[in-house]
Amino acid sequence: MRKDYNLEKRKYVIGGFIVVLVMIYIARLFVLQVGDSKYKENANSNAFIEKIIYPSRGLIYDRKGRLIVYNQPAYDLVMIPKDVLPFDTVDFCNTLQITRQEFDERMLKMKNSHSYSAYTQQIFMNHLSALDYGRLQEKLYRFPGFFIAQRILRQYNYNVAANVLGDIREVNAKDIENDDYYRPGDLTGDLGVEKSYEKYLRGRKGSEILIRDALGKIQGHYNDGANDVAPIAGNDLHLSIDIELQAFGEELMRGKIGAIVAIEPKTGEILALVSSPSYDPALLVGKERSKNYSELLNNRFKPLFDRSIMGAYPPGSTFKPSQGLIFEQEKVINTSTAYPCHRGFISGGLRVGCHGHGSPITLKPALQTSCNAFFCWGLKHMLDSRSKYGSTSKAFETWKQYMVDFGYGYRLDVDLPGESRGFIPNSQFYDKIYGEDKWISNSIISDAIGQGEILATPLQIANLCATIANRGYYITPHVVKNIVGVGVLKKSVEKHQTRIQREYFEHAVEGMRMAVTGGTCRKGNVPGLDICGKTGTAQNPHGRDHSAFMGFAPMNDPKIAVAVYVENGGFGATFGVPIGSLMIEKYLRGTTTREGLASQMSHTSTYSAKAYGKAEPKKTKTNSESEAAKTE
Amino acid sequence: MELRNDNENSSLLKSVDWFTIILYLIMVVAGAISIYAATYNFDKAGSMFDFAEFSGKQFVWASLSIFIGFMLLLIDRRMYEAYAYPAYAIMILLLIVTIFIAPDIKGSRSWLVLGPVSLQPAEFAKFATALALAKLFDTYGFALNNWRSYALAGGIIVLPILCIILEKETGSALVYTSLIFVLYREGMSGFVLFAVLCAITYFVVVLKFAAIMIMGIPLGNFIVFIMVMVLTVIMLAMYCRSLFLTRNVLLAYVISALGVWGLSLLDINVNGYVYFFTMITGTVLYLLYGMFREDARKIAFTLAFIGASVIFMFTVDFAFNNVLQPHQQTRIKVTLGIEEDPRGAGYNVNQSKIAIGSGGIMGKGFLNGTQTKLKYVPEQHTDFIFCTIGEEEGFVGSTAVLVIFLALILRIKSIAERQHTRFARVYAYCVASILIFHLSINIGMVIGLCPVIGIPLPFFSYGGSSLWGFTFLLFILLRIDADRKAYGSW
Repeated sequence: MRKDYNLEKRKYVIGGFIVVLVMIYIARLFVLQVGDSKYKENANSNAFIEKIIYPSRGLIYDRKGRLIVYNQPAYDLVMIPKDVLPFDTVDFCNTLQITRQEFDERMLKMKNSHSYSAYTQQIFMNHLSALDYGRLQEKLYRFPGFFIAQRILRQYNYNVAANVLGDIREVNAKDIENDDYYRPGDLTGDLGVEKSYEKYLRGRKGSEILIRDALGKIQGHYNDGANDVAPIAGNDLHLSIDIELQAFGEELMRGKIGAIVAIEPKTGEILALVSSPSYDPALLVGKERSKNYSELLNNRFKPLFDRSIMGAYPPGSTFKPSQGLIFEQEKVINTSTAYPCHRGFISGGLRVGCHGHGSPITLKPALQTSCNAFFCWGLKHMLDSRSKYGSTSKAFETWKQYMVDFGYGYRLDVDLPGESRGFIPNSQFYDKIYGEDKWISNSIISDAIGQGEILATPLQIANLCATIANRGYYITPHVVKNIVGVGVLKKSVEKHQTRIQREYFEHAVEGMRMAVTGGTCRKGNVPGLDICGKTGTAQNPHGRDHSAFMGFAPMNDPKIAVAVYVENGGFGATFGVPIGSLMIEKYLRGTTTREGLASQMSHTSTYSAKAYGKAEPKKTKTNSESEAAKTE
Repeated sequence: MELRNDNENSSLLKSVDWFTIILYLIMVVAGAISIYAATYNFDKAGSMFDFAEFSGKQFVWASLSIFIGFMLLLIDRRMYEAYAYPAYAIMILLLIVTIFIAPDIKGSRSWLVLGPVSLQPAEFAKFATALALAKLFDTYGFALNNWRSYALAGGIIVLPILCIILEKETGSALVYTSLIFVLYREGMSGFVLFAVLCAITYFVVVLKFAAIMIMGIPLGNFIVFIMVMVLTVIMLAMYCRSLFLTRNVLLAYVISALGVWGLSLLDINVNGYVYFFTMITGTVLYLLYGMFREDARKIAFTLAFIGASVIFMFTVDFAFNNVLQPHQQTRIKVTLGIEEDPRGAGYNVNQSKIAIGSGGIMGKGFLNGTQTKLKYVPEQHTDFIFCTIGEEEGFVGSTAVLVIFLALILRIKSIAERQHTRFARVYAYCVASILIFHLSINIGMVIGLCPVIGIPLPFFSYGGSSLWGFTFLLFILLRIDADRKAYGSW
């Protein structure tokens, strides 16, 4: 290789650069390590301590401004083991009023804990009583390394709506990894709005930077507090829930498994969201939280499972109004189309049973009497219209798209965690089961009456009811009406329009009105309220039929749309209609004239109390307990 | 060119550079021990070889990397030359794939997760880039004397930078800029290095002294204006070698400066921008006239320098506020001492300086450091590993580490200079440059002389990808060097 001596000289530039750089670094190290004693002193004193100041968490109100959830401070005695100097244990035990043995046990328990570290804050004793806190505060200076950490506990004014409110818990390793905001020991929302609105409720932590001297004493604020940051309190939430209606609904559902959802149709605001069995939200606060949580988790009736938005059920006959709407829009039927029903739908060896009523029958009476045959014929005619759609599967896709417009088959995107999407099958689904193009309308005919593969959440059923009440549109259902200081979230005013004409909705409404005045919902006819409704009695593989109802009122200016679902409750008229009409009456009139019916509902159980396990007796206990704690 | 025929393995043992291997082994072992110390917990003292701990894992990485190193030595050097471009292409592809499939780990998308192991392709792209650059320079007739060759060399360097920036690992991407040393050694104009130096100086000065006003303009801009004027005079004297122009420009500057000073005594304050723009515009016009008298090309170059400097000065603020992320701005401000941030960026550096400073001359002794354990210094086993050494081994230990690095880099430089082929020399300089960058930025950050840029200390920081990446770089060099006698000069 030809050598270029001019360029070769450049090796001295590069070599010189690194030599000079290393010399500068060594000089810097000399200054840091040998020359300047400032750093040694700082190391002894650890110079800065960052003390986190927690903001107060946002409060939660109901739609009428009643305070539901608020904060109460609680105190933990914590220590940094490395900083603890020898101290008078006898004095310490006396102050806390614990025995020496108890002290040793607590120390041992702390050291054996999974997250123990001598360098970080460890909880020696949590939830000090106000008395202990007062006594200890005065003497704390005698026990270096110990200090008191304040935290907040949630307090509840009503022992209902646990599924909506949720609870708070300490963050885990995963939370910290996912969000830089959290540090070990912070609190975060676990379920309900506490989780979905965590970012608003939590506020912003503040911090103080303190200087500590070699003896461990706090000398004051670094830089005279110029670097301190004040905490910002969390935003309060105003729920759309009417807490009294919610409590009434939970009372009605006592002893039953299922859900009630009530929505204000015009706004999509959820007025009540009942999941039963429920539990007292105060169970998941403070000392007892982990014990109660695992009890609730292991309870065989799964009270932590919010059936109103997570439970996917066959909607049964509540599905029928939607079918009538689709058939009319697709010109399969009109109001004078009549189908035969001789105790059922009979076609090619297939029979779907029905009950006694006149035949042939048109749309409105079919809704009134909940005729199965009418809707089976409707779907059959729609799917068999090859001339119009080309094939069964294309016709079925058209049908499916209408159901999706109604909010079925996908999450409605309610502002609560864990919503289920229910299930609306598509053509591919049946292709997989029967083979491509091997299925015909009869194979899937029970979809027409909300059985078959169809699944919906009670929220979706209530939302369908709201859509009918609105004659054609719905607003994304939501439980938070307003975030104080932030306003209304955009998705809470989002309008979803179906592609079905308004006049067809009037037909469905009239059919549902007839069901109340003289059909399957007769039991729910409250004079003056103009209730419209539809029952549902859903067959299922788990035993007795599920009892369902959806309804709204008043007919011409709907203020409330309700869905009720009681697992294994039997006929829709048994539980669904009474509970649904009571909810409507309570909301519209503020009270009910049918005390007897209400009490009959809340005292009828669909399962034996013995099998219910431990969650039930706790429910009544905690409020008095927390009262006792307050007075102490 | 003549190839060697004698027993390859025994001569490999003789011809390989054992000095470098010994330095490598010392650093890898010292690194693993430091990681043990950095993550040591008084309460739950485990064995250094406990695989649940960082030190145990690092022990596995280190053992495997030594094995990989010796395997690399057995690969024929011709393979490295032949597969330089394919290796580069594969690594670039891998970097691009990583952007899309990597999970988001603390904002960075640079880790490929393969079952229990996570690898960072950015670390392995280094040796591939070095090989590709070496291969390019080895092309017959290639020389850095035209735009095309600059574009090719620049392209090879810039491509991985873009990929890694898209993976949101800005620190790792910056490493590749160090290859400018290689370009310099291979014939790039020294003026580029001078320009980079000026740019850094302007940047620091403008930001550091932005808050103080003098003559109605920020002190930072004032100083840069004066620097531009002084450098102009120097360039006219040393580069254009025109005594005539130098004298006149210098005289104009001195007289005008005295004039402004005189006016200020009479309470007439001249605005800085007015004065400096008058001077700069005057200089430019005068030099344009000067082009007819003296060497026009050199004066044009000087004019370009003046123009670029002034434009750069006014874009610093804009670039700083609009291009950099807020956390990057803070890190730079903290390093320059403009802003205190004892909670965020400043916290790390402050704690790191306290940890190192508390080590004293001899250190606190192995495992006796308190600052670096768990609480005070973050990332103490990865990017801030030098803290542990500083605290526990003191000035003596930390200086020793610096000296070992210096020895390694100088050794690689001398290996580079003894090569007979341009391929080998360029590759060796790539290795040296990458090490220089990592060393200067990582330790500079820990001792508070550079902004916090998250790149590891080679051979010391925890992590398999980084250790393996450097092992690849170094052992490929050792094999190429071992074969140097077989490749004669042409």
